[in-house]
Amino acid sequence: MTTTAQTHRPDFLSGDEYSIPTYAVLSQDGTLHDGAEGPDLERDKALRIYHAMVATRVLDERMMAAQRQGRLSFYMQCTGEEAAVIGSAAALDDADMIMAQYREQGALAYRGFSFDEFMNQLFGNELDYGKGRQMPIHYGSRKLHYMTISSPLATQIPQATGYAYGQKLAGEGLCTIVYFGEGAASEGDFHAALNMAAVHEAPVIFFCRNNGYAISTPSVEQFAADGVAPRALGYRMHVIRVDGNDVLAVYRATEKARRLAVEENKPVLIEAMTYRLAAHSSSDDPSGYRSRKEEDAWRAKDPIRRMQLWLEAQGWWSEDEEKALQDELRREVLETMKRAEKRPPPAIDTMVTDVYADVTPALQHQLDALKQHVRRYPEAYPRGARSLDPALSHRDADQGGD
Amino acid sequence: MPTINMLQAINQALDIAMAEDDKVLCFGEDVGGFGGVFRATSHLQEKYGKARCFNTPLVEQGIIGFANGLAAQGSVPVAEIQFADYIFPAFDQIVNETAKFRYRSGDLFNVGGLTIRAPYGGGISGGLYHSQSPEAYFAHTPGLKIVVPRNPYEAKGLLLAAIRDPDPVLFFEPKRLYRASTGEVPEEDYQLPLGEAEVTKEGADITLLGWGAQMEVIDRAVEMAEKDGVSCEVIDLRSILPWDEDTVAESVLKTGRLVITHEAPRTGGFAGEIAAAIQERCFLYLESPIQRVTGIDTPFPLTLEKEYLPDHLKIYEAIKTSLHY
Repeated sequence: MTTTAQTHRPDFLSGDEYSIPTYAVLSQDGTLHDGAEGPDLERDKALRIYHAMVATRVLDERMMAAQRQGRLSFYMQCTGEEAAVIGSAAALDDADMIMAQYREQGALAYRGFSFDEFMNQLFGNELDYGKGRQMPIHYGSRKLHYMTISSPLATQIPQATGYAYGQKLAGEGLCTIVYFGEGAASEGDFHAALNMAAVHEAPVIFFCRNNGYAISTPSVEQFAADGVAPRALGYRMHVIRVDGNDVLAVYRATEKARRLAVEENKPVLIEAMTYRLAAHSSSDDPSGYRSRKEEDAWRAKDPIRRMQLWLEAQGWWSEDEEKALQDELRREVLETMKRAEKRPPPAIDTMVTDVYADVTPALQHQLDALKQHVRRYPEAYPRGARSLDPALSHRDADQGGD
Repeated sequence: MPTINMLQAINQALDIAMAEDDKVLCFGEDVGGFGGVFRATSHLQEKYGKARCFNTPLVEQGIIGFANGLAAQGSVPVAEIQFADYIFPAFDQIVNETAKFRYRSGDLFNVGGLTIRAPYGGGISGGLYHSQSPEAYFAHTPGLKIVVPRNPYEAKGLLLAAIRDPDPVLFFEPKRLYRASTGEVPEEDYQLPLGEAEVTKEGADITLLGWGAQMEVIDRAVEMAEKDGVSCEVIDLRSILPWDEDTVAESVLKTGRLVITHEAPRTGGFAGEIAAAIQERCFLYLESPIQRVTGIDTPFPLTLEKEYLPDHLKIYEAIKTSLHY
């Protein structure tokens, strides 16, 4: 409701009235900040979070290397942002909806997406749930409540408001978290999403990963304001800024945000201050726009190392266990990658499915003409020809396995 | 004459335009110090300063709205949309504003100085959202001009013409050619005409028509057809809007056969408009139905991209179909 209070002096507010502090719990040496209170996080859950963080790091390192070797067309790393993504996902109910931007594979890893499932998408093979249609890292999982990634930025943010509103009507006590970068928050969709969420009281958590850069554009060229967080005030929305490399702060903030969303139907904005340690993507070279010194300063704030030290201080983790986990994950990544690489591409018939619920007569006609063409020149279309050759298809089926 | 690639040619055109006229500005996402994700705007910020070449926040509708305002004020904005696939948040600004500014005000105001550049097209393993060819959406909008260059020489001359043209121009750059297409390009200033197609090869039996990256695909198909003894005429449409009906009709009156190719899906694609107009003008001279070789009516795929694309083999087959009708 608009205030009716009057003043008789022409005093402006400058936009500098609010500076929002950063909520931090865990310092880099693994101890709690003075006066900070840790979340109620039991051992098993803490280890589940840590395992997902390390698994994400290992997957990212290996798959970026695979991209460099030409085995993969494209890749994007979550490196440096594991605590922000996984700490927040862990504070939710596993049945809450996740709508990610594209750098949140850690949330999927936390929910139990297997390396085989990651690899099938990355290699766009016949087992990819998205049927080989999208670029690598565009994951999705219905059973894990993770909406399939769409490359256009910020489109997921108003969708999250709508999804959450539907959840409220369904009355199942679930909410939606939507991830986006501080760059994407400049899109019109961001503003539409927050306003509608506040007006319609949708149980949605807007989680901004402020990682400092939108490809090459630093956040100082993205907005003049004190980050993204103050925008919530304009929509009369709850907001908190957290240290995004601090898994305990992220977890606790998101846990409280979820309570506001689900129990009081209050949308919340969380701005996690972090840093994209890797390149934007395999197509990017950050040396063109930022210094090694700046990267090193953030590398020293590694969120995984920070959590590892905390776990060790709790007596829940050791160097030996660390080494065993790393070895195990590396071996598993390699094995699953080799398996996914060998699998055949999706059958040519999948080219026309899912455009509509049913294949239209016109599309069937186009597919038939295409198949006829591919049969005429099978060597020019090895992928498409493969599913048209009964001998090859049969052999693939034999190699199937799990 | 130096041999350069398409990105370098575009960079040269921007450099010449900015050097010549202080009112020319280049901006968009990552366009400033970094020089754009494809480096088309490299060194322009160094040369002309941050006030004339700069990064914008990540908001396409904002970029084009801002550009419309600048153009209305009398500046000459060259706005970059990072990928044509991401132009749609700006659709309202382009279709309802850019295109109608002059008409709705009775020419009190116009945004004729505006040029919108966007990398476009497939063939780079870009999947759904780094591959699209959206020219037909905009071709349905009177008031816009749409240009697609086929090589570095064309890119430089057409972009300079677009920047100086009195009407707003959408300039779609086939990104698969950015580094792959090289050729001799004069260092000096020159312009190529908007709204005029170019006959790149004369022939007698059949006309092949395309634009942008499809031109080299056509050339490969023509090579195959000529081995069969077919004499092919090849036309680069260059401008999608307004398009050069006369040059195409004249060619088809001579050859009696036409194959049109574009990467975008068939239904509602610009080939349909061309086919309709040409059958009106050339009906009694056509020896066979006009063939369209296009993407199929699905979103752009990834793993089966090769199967989706209208490649030289599909064009070659269309040539045969047309000849043996």
